[in-house]
Amino acid sequence: MVEKLADQPRDHSEFIFSDEQNQLRAAVRKFCADNYDEQTVRSLMESDPPFDAKVWARLGGELGVLGLSVPEADGGVGGTLVDQAVAVEELGSSLACGPLFGTVFLAIPALVAASAGAARDELLAELVEGRRTAAFAVPDLAGTLGEVTVTADGDALTGTVERVVDAGAADDLLVAARGADGVALYAVDASASNVHRSPLATLDLTRPQAGVELSGAPGRLVAGVDEAERVIEHALQVGSALLAVEQVGAGQHLLDLSVEYAKSRLQFGRQIGSFQAIKHKLADLLVDLEHARSSAYHAVWALSDGSDDPALAVSIAQATASAALSRIAADTIQVHGGIGFTWEHQAHLYFKRATTDAALLGSAEQHRSRVAELVLDVLDGSAADRAPRVADGTPA
Amino acid sequence: MSTILDSDRVADLARKVVADHDPKSVPIPELLGAAYDAGLSWVHFPEGLGGLGVSRGLQAVADGILQGAGGPVPLGLNPMGYGMAAPTIREHAQTDEVKRQWLRPLATTDDLWCQLFSEPGAGSDLAGLATTAVPDGDEWIINGQKVWTSLAHRARWGLLLARTNPDVPKHKGLTYFVIDMHGAGVETRPLRQMTGQAEFNEVYFTDARIPDAHRLGDVGNGWNVAMTTLMNERTALGGSGSRRGAGTISEAVSLWASRPHRQTPVLRDRLTQLWLRAEAQRLTSERSRASAGVGGPGPEGSIGKLVGAELNQQIYQFCMDFLGPEGILYHGYDSGSRIGERDWQGPIQQRFLRSRANTIEGGTSEVMRNILGERILGLPGDLRADSGMPWKEIPRG
Repeated sequence: MVEKLADQPRDHSEFIFSDEQNQLRAAVRKFCADNYDEQTVRSLMESDPPFDAKVWARLGGELGVLGLSVPEADGGVGGTLVDQAVAVEELGSSLACGPLFGTVFLAIPALVAASAGAARDELLAELVEGRRTAAFAVPDLAGTLGEVTVTADGDALTGTVERVVDAGAADDLLVAARGADGVALYAVDASASNVHRSPLATLDLTRPQAGVELSGAPGRLVAGVDEAERVIEHALQVGSALLAVEQVGAGQHLLDLSVEYAKSRLQFGRQIGSFQAIKHKLADLLVDLEHARSSAYHAVWALSDGSDDPALAVSIAQATASAALSRIAADTIQVHGGIGFTWEHQAHLYFKRATTDAALLGSAEQHRSRVAELVLDVLDGSAADRAPRVADGTPA
Repeated sequence: MSTILDSDRVADLARKVVADHDPKSVPIPELLGAAYDAGLSWVHFPEGLGGLGVSRGLQAVADGILQGAGGPVPLGLNPMGYGMAAPTIREHAQTDEVKRQWLRPLATTDDLWCQLFSEPGAGSDLAGLATTAVPDGDEWIINGQKVWTSLAHRARWGLLLARTNPDVPKHKGLTYFVIDMHGAGVETRPLRQMTGQAEFNEVYFTDARIPDAHRLGDVGNGWNVAMTTLMNERTALGGSGSRRGAGTISEAVSLWASRPHRQTPVLRDRLTQLWLRAEAQRLTSERSRASAGVGGPGPEGSIGKLVGAELNQQIYQFCMDFLGPEGILYHGYDSGSRIGERDWQGPIQQRFLRSRANTIEGGTSEVMRNILGERILGLPGDLRADSGMPWKEIPRG
């Protein structure tokens, strides 16, 4: 049945997951249950590096979920961004430790968007297989390229990039650098002697950052000045959409957790979930979560089939999902009461992830500003002509 | 289960209906009658009863062609008929003969329908209602009062929930009927609302009679039958699909564009937040529709009513705040006039006032949150002071 539906016109297929995608979801969920249970996450997040490279390599080589939308010719699975999103949602649900943000959300999409070339092809294959990891040392401004702080003198890169997620343990850095002709994107071997990385203590221990300092580091060109901006913008849009899906996964986990607690916790001789103060709070979280899910997956579909303006769809998704997960994480602590404020309970791990995700790739407010620019600031006279009647005090 | 074959069949039938009955020239009842006879009124209904026995998701295929050719939106013409009565009749009427007798005139809009549930003493606690139905031979005698009945003054038939046994707990003593609104002992009076108009009615029953053949479902099973109606009401209220930016938010956006001198950054952000909420809900409705096509509505479906109602209020409140002093004028309260369900051409201030009902009608927002919490999330029910009590012993007032 699903195959038949897939053949129907496009507007029928958005939001419908195939059997294969449902199987993929189940497989990633199982993998996470086996490898990213809470105790494992807690021990990994305080390790150096804060993830298990062997498990990461299995995500790439064995499960094949690091480059699901990478074309087969480039060593990927040849699926769609929807496939990648399904996997990310499950990984987000368990706070899977690893350079998901730097490698899967940003570096791989950038490499896929770049024209084929030796540096790009070789690195892409390694990242997809999970043999190497990468961080995206490119300043961003809510879906667009921010102010570039690295200069290129030939292929020697110099400058500082602050707060690069997943840079501390990365094998490679994708760096935007400005040369004589404009901004280009380079791959830099992070172990080179003229690359200096300073690990930073982060609010969310599962999502590490480092400062990156380059002093004449050798860069291999990935995207030249003719295409770098397009490649970077595409990566930031894909990254924002996948980040929104990760937020949905984390939000669903927290809502499930809170609902279970509201059913089992007894006060005043009754389950606290029978009090409307709790029940209605959880109902509101459900609404926010479902809104986040719809807008996140709409952005994913828009990016995979061009059915909507990706800039607008991504900003809608980020504005909605960041706000939703922040609220769900905060209310999860509230519903759990005192136990939710302890180190021992998992709520704070997700609360910190929620706060971190909301700030990365543009805050809800920044994306809301983008939406206002794209929707309200472009209105013309024809919109004003449709204005509803306003009663002026004259009897009808 | 929907297949390409079913989809093609629905599309072919719809194209034939519009070819034989040009929606731009034939009377509406003729077009809708032809659609009914072709099985396109509710494609998931059985053949012979306005359907084809195919997936409900394919209704969009039929509606797209019929309405695309200039046909009306039937739900707008006979809202209680199409949205609530039809699914309830289909599922619970006693014989196919009775079903046919009601469904075709309902579909053509020759017979409008209304819903007689709420009472002055039974709103959210609908199961506590007091209108009685007492058997008399093969008839029932009805006494009591209903309220908030839209279209009662134009309806031919009413969906009536009445108490047939006061000695058992409230949910168990109800029975569901269809009553002839033109019959003796049925009196309809307009009910003036805060907009100044009378969109709803009060309906009084004084020894009105209903043949037992017009009972839907078993005696005492009225509550379960009513659930069919209410779930469809909530889907109907919350389930309309639309383009990005359409619906209530479009009014606020065009109002914004029409008065640049009143625009401020704070109001701009407030409007953007409302736009985003409307868009997220629109996408959620789209997702709900997509999942309905592959096996029934998911949790997304129940959200529409709650969000739509609150968003309507917030959007109209925004409009009023944006207008400032211009907004606090009106077009007068002296009309006390009758208005129909589709008469939304009134000024923005009237819509603002009307929107206060959105979070009450069709299930209050408090009840909707209970439903989301209990049926979707599986949370425990409220403690009820009347649990297990015979209806006649429950304190009322």
